[in-house]
Amino acid sequence: MPPASSRRPPGDVVVLVGTTKGAFFFSADESRKKWTMSGPHFPGEAVYSLAYDSRGGRTRTFAGTQSSHFGGTIRVSDDFGKSWVGPERQAVRFPEGSGLSLAGVWQITPGRADEPDRMWCGVEPAALFESRDAGESWEPVEGLLKHEHRPKWQPGGGGLCLHTIVVDPHDRARMGIAISTAGFYRTDDGGKSWRARNNGVRAVFLPNNYPEFGQCVHKVAHHPARPERLFLQNHWGLYRSDDWGDTWTDIANGVPSDFGFAMVTNPNDADTVYIIPLQSDQFRIVPEAKLRVYRTRDAGASWEPLAKGLPQENAFECVLRDGMAADALDPAGIYFGTRGGKLYGSANEGESWTEIADSLPPICCVKTAVVER
Amino acid sequence: MAISVVVPRALTPYTRGAGTLVVEEPCTTVGDALAAIAARLPALTDRVLTEQGEIRRHVNVFVGDESVRFLDGLGTRVEAGTVITIVPAVSGG
Repeated sequence: MPPASSRRPPGDVVVLVGTTKGAFFFSADESRKKWTMSGPHFPGEAVYSLAYDSRGGRTRTFAGTQSSHFGGTIRVSDDFGKSWVGPERQAVRFPEGSGLSLAGVWQITPGRADEPDRMWCGVEPAALFESRDAGESWEPVEGLLKHEHRPKWQPGGGGLCLHTIVVDPHDRARMGIAISTAGFYRTDDGGKSWRARNNGVRAVFLPNNYPEFGQCVHKVAHHPARPERLFLQNHWGLYRSDDWGDTWTDIANGVPSDFGFAMVTNPNDADTVYIIPLQSDQFRIVPEAKLRVYRTRDAGASWEPLAKGLPQENAFECVLRDGMAADALDPAGIYFGTRGGKLYGSANEGESWTEIADSLPPICCVKTAVVER
Repeated sequence: MAISVVVPRALTPYTRGAGTLVVEEPCTTVGDALAAIAARLPALTDRVLTEQGEIRRHVNVFVGDESVRFLDGLGTRVEAGTVITIVPAVSGG
């Protein structure tokens, strides 16, 4: 491992951007005004998942890379992409006899702070994998792999993917995942068993609009200070749960559309959430071709548009489910990337926006790292 | 005479640089030949076959001039002197 000084990025904040043709990293100091780009990393490969892990003294970046020819894997860098360790073998593998083969890695999530070597990843076809050695090796979570609902899960437009992982920072036995198209599932026993938790969440595309499972949940977000409160962006529908998903309440109060993908909480305020509504499932473009982020500061009781600095005409843009992220500074930086390859950032919690990059390949995911000096 | 396996340039990082591999082990099928290679170069075959042992969707494997998809797949017969060629499909972007 190189010495710490050479492992630093040229700044305090790094925005990690995954695209259909590689990854790009943008670094800036805490003013977040001037950005330096590195990349493309993995040119030609799709990068649907990125993560940064600073637990255990690491400065480790994870990338879920997908070659259209030769398959996918998770690669690791301890120096912000100057060098990558790609496992020789495919690191995430379904068991022999399962009949399943990895199509892609959709989410990589560090575990709890008190378990610095534990990592989680969500993949397509829908499954959860666990690492207990900081991402060196991965094993499937059997309780979900063999779930009785699995034969009835149906792929959405992006495939049958496990795209969201929410970890309870206080309770080692509890966590939640979301699958398109299966819905939200929670374990209370460390992954041995999983219960569908979709009570009140619509499935407009099924004859029974409120089934036990089968919802097309696009994203779930929560704040570590209040982990039992979940926010959910559905395939039509915007919801909140105050009981770890046991019940859900509609919170689409004043948004131009309750269809969308991306959803992120503000690290500085458990009541503040950002979304980017899209016009409809048939026309996945921001309403009225005006690029607007919507923010609630009262846990969904009301939403306000944030558009200063964003194009307000002819913006035929779409932001995917992992296309938005927040940094951990105060005030928080909010970032999002579009399928049109534009990356926007706000250094003041969404009050105003600047364009960081305008000609990237279609953006699949945006994540952040704040590097302590 | 052995069987030859021609590897695309993109996969030579997993063959220690070799563009052609020689399989001396007794083989009767394409699957046998790839299994023999997997025993010494598993990182290469990871990129040709899924973890369930199927040829990846966008990888083509030829015996002579014919894709094994139009023969017997991994069960396609080989004999001494057969040339197996691994080719990325015309896909991507």
